[in-house]
Amino acid sequence: MEFLRPDGLPDVLEARAAHPGALPLMGGTDVMVALNFDRRRPDALLDLTRAPELTAWDHVDGMVRLGAGVTYSRVIDELATELPGLAIASRTVGSPQIRNRGTVGGNLGAASPAGDSHPALLAGFAEVELASRDGVRRVPVDEFFTGVKQHAGRGDELVTAVWIRPATGPQQFSKIGTRNAMVIAVTSFGLALHPDREQVGTGLGSAAPTPRRARDAEEFLGAELDWSARRDIRDSVAAEFARLVATAASPIDDVRGTAAYRRHALAVMARRCLSWAWAEHQGRRH
Amino acid sequence: MTGFETVAGVPSATTATGNTTTSTVDGVGTSPLRPDGTLKVAGEFAFASDLWMDDMLWGVTLRSPHPHARITGIDLTQALKLPGVFAVLTHEDVPGEKHFGLEHQDQPVLAIDRVRYQGEPIALVAADHPETARRAAQRIKVDYEVLAPIVDAELALRPETPRLHEGGNLVRHVRVRTGEENPTADVVVSGAFEVGMQDQAFLGPEAGLAVPDGEGGIDLWVATQWLHVDQRQVCAALGLPPEQVRLRLSGVGGAFGGREDLSMHVHGCLLAQRTGKPVKMVYNREESFFGHVHRHPARMHYEYGADRSGKLAYARATIHLDGGAYASSTPAVVGNAGTMGLGPYDIPNIQIDCFGAYTNNPPCGAMRGFGSVQTAFAVEATMDLLAAELGLDPVELRARNGFREGSRAPTGQLIDAPAPVAELVEKLRALPLPDERPDAHDLRHLPGGVANTTHGEGVRRGVGYAVAYKNVAFSEGFDDFSTARVRVSIAGGQPVVTVHTAAAEVGQGLVTVEQQICRTELGIDRVVVAPQDTSVGSAGSSSASRQTYVTGGAVKAASESVRRLLLTSAATRLGRRRDDLQLAPGGVVLDGSGTVAITLADLLGDDHVEDTVEWRHRPTHPIDPETGQGDAHVQYAFAAHRAVVDVDVELGLVKVVELACVQDVGRAMHPQAVVGQIQGGSAQGLGLALMEEIQVVGGRITNPSFTDYLIPTILDVPPMPIEVLEYADPHAPYGLRGVGEAPTISSGPAVAAAVRAATGLPLSRVPIRPGDITGTG
Repeated sequence: MEFLRPDGLPDVLEARAAHPGALPLMGGTDVMVALNFDRRRPDALLDLTRAPELTAWDHVDGMVRLGAGVTYSRVIDELATELPGLAIASRTVGSPQIRNRGTVGGNLGAASPAGDSHPALLAGFAEVELASRDGVRRVPVDEFFTGVKQHAGRGDELVTAVWIRPATGPQQFSKIGTRNAMVIAVTSFGLALHPDREQVGTGLGSAAPTPRRARDAEEFLGAELDWSARRDIRDSVAAEFARLVATAASPIDDVRGTAAYRRHALAVMARRCLSWAWAEHQGRRH
Repeated sequence: MTGFETVAGVPSATTATGNTTTSTVDGVGTSPLRPDGTLKVAGEFAFASDLWMDDMLWGVTLRSPHPHARITGIDLTQALKLPGVFAVLTHEDVPGEKHFGLEHQDQPVLAIDRVRYQGEPIALVAADHPETARRAAQRIKVDYEVLAPIVDAELALRPETPRLHEGGNLVRHVRVRTGEENPTADVVVSGAFEVGMQDQAFLGPEAGLAVPDGEGGIDLWVATQWLHVDQRQVCAALGLPPEQVRLRLSGVGGAFGGREDLSMHVHGCLLAQRTGKPVKMVYNREESFFGHVHRHPARMHYEYGADRSGKLAYARATIHLDGGAYASSTPAVVGNAGTMGLGPYDIPNIQIDCFGAYTNNPPCGAMRGFGSVQTAFAVEATMDLLAAELGLDPVELRARNGFREGSRAPTGQLIDAPAPVAELVEKLRALPLPDERPDAHDLRHLPGGVANTTHGEGVRRGVGYAVAYKNVAFSEGFDDFSTARVRVSIAGGQPVVTVHTAAAEVGQGLVTVEQQICRTELGIDRVVVAPQDTSVGSAGSSSASRQTYVTGGAVKAASESVRRLLLTSAATRLGRRRDDLQLAPGGVVLDGSGTVAITLADLLGDDHVEDTVEWRHRPTHPIDPETGQGDAHVQYAFAAHRAVVDVDVELGLVKVVELACVQDVGRAMHPQAVVGQIQGGSAQGLGLALMEEIQVVGGRITNPSFTDYLIPTILDVPPMPIEVLEYADPHAPYGLRGVGEAPTISSGPAVAAAVRAATGLPLSRVPIRPGDITGTG
């Protein structure tokens, strides 16, 4: 197996185009497991760690441009205020060691339906930056996931960053696991309130072949919430929101849980996340 | 992390024989550092997976993808063609006995015409690189005629079910009957219970290195629990005498019963013998799930009757244990589950039927708690049903019926040592309960943890109790001995003890205890533990909570013998009577006035004194096949737990808040290690109650990884207040009781009881899954 170690992003993209069979490697938390268990034997590995452009984040045009190689630990330490949903989700990833190595860009590249960052990115209306030798484009994250572990990037493209608007309202994330740490999501839910545009964002994880938004739930809740007077949410509204979230899922029975449990848990998480987020919007402790 | 830990109780009632000497430094009852502790903490300890020789080959195993199939052809051609491959072997290449097994010789070394479980070894490859060996194994072409798997232990025993082995699908039936045939009672409760398949989940995978000696014999370094039973089976398969098959213990990364059966032992030796080169085999995590036996899944039906005061009148139990494809230690597990399957309670009328069956599921055998773990879930749940029916406190019901010294076990055996069941549960009840909600704003204290599933919504607290008892050492007439060689010599002018046994150190700290015993008996501080191998006699297995008792007993006896030999030698040298001399701390012989008569350095010079002792505990006896009566067991260990849990009843997530344990250990040989055993055993029991299960569908394992076979993390394991009692067993060395298994047995049932208390649900199956609590299973 060849090990490609280009210096800097331009050379990385050259190598990506020249070696379509090369598997990009950043933190290694997914790739090394696949290699060690003989599940993947790519022709080459493309080492991304020598491209400093990937490991930086910055403010550009009023958005956070999060380099694909920024680790979960850094998201937690440096971006908890601006990207609270993603920070909460990052805290639920694996162990401290995994969070020190794993990256949001790697999560997107793997495109697992269970990826912990995806619901928060969906709820935050994020965009995925894809770059190749021939140029850069941005794809809305809810168009990025195209199938189980498949995404919209071409073979010569690389996920180089995620663009997210800093939070203008409360964000929440909940994840179900059958132990209290270091667990892959049985199912997960992200919620973002966007009071500036009176919109609600949602993201569902481990609930369908791809991470997805619950658009009916978003539209329903966006219209029902009393954004300016911030009046309490009626129980019937919260219940209908939870029901619409559960309805948006297409879960399966598998080794981690049943479809019925996943739907049930999504409804519970949706209701709770909404109550916490709205309490914060109202200026109450939750 | 832990709340409080105390070691309390009465002093040991035993007295040592002869001229007792006690070393004040690091002897019995103190907590010296482990000899391998620093290496392990520093990451420098060599485990079996670290074994290495420069010219070695790598062996891999081709395993069956099917739980049940006929093999209609094996074609090795393409595998042999791969450059770097040195050998490809099948059952035809096994020179000796083609089947092995701990109790029944029913398991093929390599499959012969039929596979009975997914993962059964079929062929072996040795190559100069592990990847080459794996690629070659993939090139072996095996033709299967797939058969319908038998995956239900009860169905397997029906007469119309096809037979998996010549003798039928019943491995063992234990029948226990006492008292009346049709007893009645004022109050009767019953329930059906199920326990899933737990894995030992040891961190060090199966590994070993087989090295041919160039003269037809072989040396095998291996991670195991029982060198001599391995040696017996390897010799049989290779067709070699014991002197040509030498086993040496390599670094063992946990065992818990999963290393009592062979894994790579014969396979590595076959490849080494064929190639004439050293061969290393090491399983990866996934293969490890197929490479060792698991805890038997159980289905159990229980019925208890009592009078209105809560005094037990009768008990009936039917237990089915799924042994999987091969017997392994199923007969002994059935023996334990059958003879101890009603809990540590006085019950005058008893009917137990315990069955172990062959199926096409993964083979099951030894795991910490060995048959008692499964039945304890049923017993303790049934006791709680009875308490509820009677309106009695669960502790009160257990205290009223618990064994005492003088009780009779279901086998009729007199319990002739302390059996403080009532005291254990009453002490637990007296412990203060943890705060209702320690810190509601720290998610780590809530069900779900930092996954942020609740800020208190839906959380209900529950408390549960359970009691365990467990036989220590091997039972039912097994000749259960250990061998210890103890030598005293002089090094650098100072006396040094060398203790040599074949007892496997699997992480439990036996090597430390051996040192402590030598120090106490000989008064010599420097004790070297020689590497464990088969050049000394068998120590028996590092299982059944037995090594401190049995190998400890052997080391004590050998030390006493060496002490007598030293004093005899001194008496001869000094022209005095042996009885007038005594060995004192610091390696000196004192005369009757307490004056130093001679130092060991002067007495021994370049010489040494040594003895080897084979030591046995008091004999046990088989049980009657019709009634289950007989003095089957050596000793019982007793433990009890109180679990406090918070359950998110809407999501089905559980946070164990506290897991308190009181255990009688007879004598705390190494108090710190005792507490460590209780903490570890409690965590393992908690794991079975809430998350640990090998999921098997149609005979296939669906979660062979630590991604989906979940074991408790530090955020799942709560503070553990532990109280250690020391009521000496007059029959045991130092009065000690085996420690390792009892806490594994009672912790899970206590957690399950607490979850039932929090939810009000019957929850008759463990592990309890979130869907079981939310009704969306």
